[in-house]
Amino acid sequence: MSAIELRGVTKSWPGTVAVDNVSFNVEEGSFVVLLGPSGCGKSTTLRMIAGLEDVSEGAVFINGEDMTSATPAERRVSMVFQSYAIFPHLNVRENILFGLKVRKVQAAEQEERLAHVANLVGLTDLLDRRPAQLSGGQRQRVALARAIIAENPICLMDEPLSNLDAKLRHEMRVELRALQRRLGMTVVYVTHDQTEAMSMADQVILMHAGRIEQVGTPDDLYDRPATTFTASFIGTPPMNLITLASGRSGAVIAGTNRAVIAGKDGEGRILGIRPEHIGIELAGKTGRRTKAKIKGIPARVTSCDYLGADTVVTATCGDQLVLIRAPGRCPLEEGELIGLAWSNEDVHVFSAETNQLMPEAKALRVAA
Amino acid sequence: MSSAHTTRNQVYGWLLLTPAAILLITFTHYPAIATLAQSFFSTGTVSRPSKFIGLDNYRSMLEDEVFWKVLENNIWYAVGTIPISIAIALLMAVWVNGKLPLRGLVRMSYFTPTILPMIAVANIWLFFYTPEIGLLDQVGALFGFASHNWLGDTDTVLGCIIAIAIWKEAGFFMIFYLAALQTLPPELEEAAKLEGASRWTFFRRVTFPLLMPTTLFVLINAVINSFKLVDQLFILTKGGPDNASSLLLYYIYEAAFSFFDQNYASTLTVVLLLMLAVIAIGQFVILDKRIHYR
Repeated sequence: MSAIELRGVTKSWPGTVAVDNVSFNVEEGSFVVLLGPSGCGKSTTLRMIAGLEDVSEGAVFINGEDMTSATPAERRVSMVFQSYAIFPHLNVRENILFGLKVRKVQAAEQEERLAHVANLVGLTDLLDRRPAQLSGGQRQRVALARAIIAENPICLMDEPLSNLDAKLRHEMRVELRALQRRLGMTVVYVTHDQTEAMSMADQVILMHAGRIEQVGTPDDLYDRPATTFTASFIGTPPMNLITLASGRSGAVIAGTNRAVIAGKDGEGRILGIRPEHIGIELAGKTGRRTKAKIKGIPARVTSCDYLGADTVVTATCGDQLVLIRAPGRCPLEEGELIGLAWSNEDVHVFSAETNQLMPEAKALRVAA
Repeated sequence: MSSAHTTRNQVYGWLLLTPAAILLITFTHYPAIATLAQSFFSTGTVSRPSKFIGLDNYRSMLEDEVFWKVLENNIWYAVGTIPISIAIALLMAVWVNGKLPLRGLVRMSYFTPTILPMIAVANIWLFFYTPEIGLLDQVGALFGFASHNWLGDTDTVLGCIIAIAIWKEAGFFMIFYLAALQTLPPELEEAAKLEGASRWTFFRRVTFPLLMPTTLFVLINAVINSFKLVDQLFILTKGGPDNASSLLLYYIYEAAFSFFDQNYASTLTVVLLLMLAVIAIGQFVILDKRIHYR
């Protein structure tokens, strides 16, 4: 039995459809990330699970029960908001205990649970502080503690880390994941940050324009993107999507004449290759390089962005722009001619018409 | 910097301040001090010039039955208008802050009494209260009630005045509450909803405490208004019958311009100002500690 199940859930307002026929399952105890660019409907989906937004069509099941029209309280889910939604006039203790007091839990039990949760998130020394006296990270912990103390098996998180600085965000990511595993919570986590999705999720649900684009583990999304959207959303820099054309000996990169897929039509196809899977071939250290001498597919360097651990090289190949991730510092100059090479298994071929992966193209020999 | 330069700067500063200072002193500071001074002098006539009499004006004020009556009226007026108008204001604000058809129209209707001048308001209500032909009596007659002279009866006149003040003030205070409510982030209510808090619990534990700064502001305004808002008396009752509806400020006006006893009016003014100051300070001191300011 799934902890959460959405069946054909749609949210529409007059004139717009925010979430369009979305269905997925969340297994008990798993960490599921709803990922997508802003405005893709991921927050609305989460709010429909919480019951803060009405469902226009479809059904929401929580622990096997139809909760489509249940009130938020009846669903027994906790939620962490992007803005934390901490009550500014109450101190940390009162904030965390708010729900227990509303439900009239016995005072002794309240104290016991408070002590446990405060210890868990590291707020024990700050219980008498007001929210205004806390740092961003501490407020985040208060919001988290309030979600945990309810002891609901399901916790929904709406971009909980987006207001923190990069270093703190990394720390909280690790902590959050550890906490989720330790407590065995089912977490549905909304974010637009693919780093969060990749590092924390058991399962990523990638959304785009109100629909689910792809569901899978982080590896699935990275290594086996099903659509050009997934390919272009996951990864920094994202996968190169190169338009192919038909050449004499097979499919070529538009504007060049060396075949990249032998004996196959290139028209209507897009070649996907990750920047880190492209190797740079230099045709000898001395002398003028010419296209004829170069191994691989000739390209011309337009810029190099040095990032420390690696360098992102931008090059033009025919009339296409290609990004290459090269390790360390790359001694290339603007306008320099280079050869691009990659291995067969790293190539993805998409249909330009449907933007879907063409699995049969996988088996093709790649000329380069 | 040279000392000549500093002096010149000082002169410029004072010259720039002068126009505002002249206006402030002429119309605010001098009258206030003059009033205080006047309260220690007797009212002069042609034959008997004004002379210093110390606290005699204050002594006679304490023996003045009308003063005590008017003060009592004013206290009832304050007690009657302040809590009710604030409660109604809060209720209306919470209501029109929610999703509501014709919300703009409802908000405007509630605010309309505020923009009407008090004199106009009094004329409208005069029509309501008029015996026999007034709205109140007409509606009462439908249910078989006898005609009643609402403003002519010492038992009902103050209540009538209070009703008008509440009607006029509530919409004004509503605007402040509405503005404050709109600064509250909606996630707070959503978070409370997820915890299973009822609307009332949320109001009591979250909304109301967060509105406390507004409440203090409104409360102080309401108190000041309860001593300040007397325009309706000129149209409706002239303080009568038998001073049953007279208020402190109206009595000051009468002393100064009907009885031409400027010095007694000054005495009453000083007492009124002192009372207001004490109340305002008291409110700040007592309430400030319990208020959460963001």
